[in-house]
Amino acid sequence: MRDVAIVAFAQSRHARSTAEVSEVELLMPVLHEAFDQVELKASDIGFTCSGSSDYLAGRAFSFTMALDGVGAWPPISESHVEMDGAWALYEAWVKILTGEADTALVYSYGKSSPGDVREVLTRQLDPYYVAPLWPDPVALAALQARALIDAGHTSEPELAGVAARSRASARDNPYAQLTSVRDGGEYVVQPLRRQDCPPVGDGAAAIVLAAGDTARRLCARPAWIRGLDHRIEAHSLGVRDLTDSPSTRLAAERAGLFDAPVDTAELHAPFTSQEVVLRRALRLGDEVDVNPSGGPLAANPIMAAGLIRLGEAAARIHRGDSDRAVAHATSGPCLQQNLVAVLEGDVK
Amino acid sequence: MSKAPVAVVGIGQTKHVAARHDVSIAGLLREAALRALADAELTFADIDAVVIGKAPDFFEGVMMPELYLADALGAVGKPMLRVHTAGSVGGSTALVASNLVAARVHRTVLTVAFEKQSESNAMWGLSLPIPFQQPLLAGAGGFFAPHVRAYMRRTGAPDHIGSLVAFKDRRNALKNPYAHLHEKDITLEKVRAAPMLWDPIRYSETCPSSDGAVAMVLTDTEGAARTPRPPAWLHGGAMRSEPTMFAGKDYVSPQAGKDCAADVYRQAGITDPRREIDAVEMYVPFSWYEPMWLENLGFAAEGEGWKLTEAGVTELDGDLPVNPSGGVLSTNPIGASGMIRFAEAALQVRGQAGEHQVEGARRALGHAYGGGAQFFSMWLVGADRPTT
Repeated sequence: MRDVAIVAFAQSRHARSTAEVSEVELLMPVLHEAFDQVELKASDIGFTCSGSSDYLAGRAFSFTMALDGVGAWPPISESHVEMDGAWALYEAWVKILTGEADTALVYSYGKSSPGDVREVLTRQLDPYYVAPLWPDPVALAALQARALIDAGHTSEPELAGVAARSRASARDNPYAQLTSVRDGGEYVVQPLRRQDCPPVGDGAAAIVLAAGDTARRLCARPAWIRGLDHRIEAHSLGVRDLTDSPSTRLAAERAGLFDAPVDTAELHAPFTSQEVVLRRALRLGDEVDVNPSGGPLAANPIMAAGLIRLGEAAARIHRGDSDRAVAHATSGPCLQQNLVAVLEGDVK
Repeated sequence: MSKAPVAVVGIGQTKHVAARHDVSIAGLLREAALRALADAELTFADIDAVVIGKAPDFFEGVMMPELYLADALGAVGKPMLRVHTAGSVGGSTALVASNLVAARVHRTVLTVAFEKQSESNAMWGLSLPIPFQQPLLAGAGGFFAPHVRAYMRRTGAPDHIGSLVAFKDRRNALKNPYAHLHEKDITLEKVRAAPMLWDPIRYSETCPSSDGAVAMVLTDTEGAARTPRPPAWLHGGAMRSEPTMFAGKDYVSPQAGKDCAADVYRQAGITDPRREIDAVEMYVPFSWYEPMWLENLGFAAEGEGWKLTEAGVTELDGDLPVNPSGGVLSTNPIGASGMIRFAEAALQVRGQAGEHQVEGARRALGHAYGGGAQFFSMWLVGADRPTT
């Protein structure tokens, strides 16, 4: 299998609302920053893949406008997933593994601000039996949190600790949207308080992948993808054990996570309670630095937040702050679908 | 390490109709998936990963439906990907799935594409007003009709060519039990007498709005060795994209389509597509796109495509049969339409196309396009295992 690495990562300064810019305008500076890091142009890239959602954009084929911004001329080899950008990265990684490309641009973006994202996300539930009830993601996460507390896996004070730690970490992250825990912390849906929930916001991210010697040429310390896997669970919450994440564990096994210890974990856990689930599934001890960026509790631009986890973990390897890291992305209600990447830097 | 060879060993589709009121969205996909598995004599347990594709989520009103479809497609505990590249998505989805095998990430992959257009109104799904952008409120036909006019003006093609394509494809559809439109009493006169929708495109020269799904099982050399029926082998596959609009864009024969075809032919070792390819399933949602794509794909010189159509070359018994299945003009579950082209090309080289089989087909091209004639995906499949 070819060695493939993340060699560049850029993201927007995530904000509650970016009404003054379009999706394309939100994305373009991020793309340029990623290109600048490796001194490449769009025409140097072997394959391009993006992730976004028409339901956030409120129009069909919304990704075509972003493609116009990328500058797909002369024509490019390109694809798009209606998923978080982490899965776009997966498709691009596979493309490089086939040998058809040596480099790839991956980007994703999402603007939650134009609509009510809690209502929008109810539209991804079973359209016959669940969506008509409009249960929103906070309510569903609250069911999961209640199950965790009832099973003795966590407590409300422990969740408050996750929230405080994440927001404190975010103070060193200039791209974070939320860096403090608001006082009061009233319940949004019991047992989840405001501090347990991610901020709603807009954002974009871009990553450049490269294979072998190309990666070494473009980046002083590439973040090598040692394993990458994703798994999905049943959709119906009633048939799942919400206190566990077997799909995360299986993806981690396939990605080789358990072969050696990691020093860093970037987890796509939008709710504090979901970090508890993921820590157990990924067997992360207290010695692992979890979400040093602040994680999705500090900035959660839907469709990009998973890709950002891979980017944040890679950037720590680029900087020499990490030698072996795990990055995780999720999709669907209560962690239904999960992706795990194991990233490593060469020995310093 | 070179790419692993990829074989198509199972193909299944639903009987495409205007509205499948008898099944849920999941039921529709499952029907196609089970037929593909039965064709390959496999079960969901043999599948390593599932890749699905469809056009915009608004067409059914379900956001990211792969989440809800995981159970019905046997994907629980497996990787599941959801591709969306506009009208080309069915083709792109098959290529993303084939790459999983080619890259040796997985051995056997199920890929499914669908649209259940009766759940909503695709015309409105495609007609959302966009601030600061030209409104394309007349659906896809309104967008493409001027480009057909440009083709006619550029090439001097006579007015009746489009009706010949529609008449041919609808007759071919009569030989395909899965096709949506079965117009048993169709005549050329009826095609020409149909009302004008978007000049020069008549009602009889447009695709229907369909509910349907198609599925394929893709596997590696070892999987192909165990398969009960002859596989179709992937000889080349590619995707190309270009912007929706820009100064200098050639809507009649987009560069991305030419580049995509050239890449596929290079991979497959094709130097003379007209002679070396035995059957073509191309994405023709409006009749005139047959002569236009014949040129774009290198089957005819520029300005000469309509002459092949007029001479009957693209008929089922012609020298280069195009859309023996009846094509998009007879069946259009949008998100599935591209994959149906790919699957029908594979059926031809497997010798499994039934009444619309092209005699002795050894190599066939599947083609899909989407967006503002800007997204292209194609694959070339053969009866023989590729040598390189």
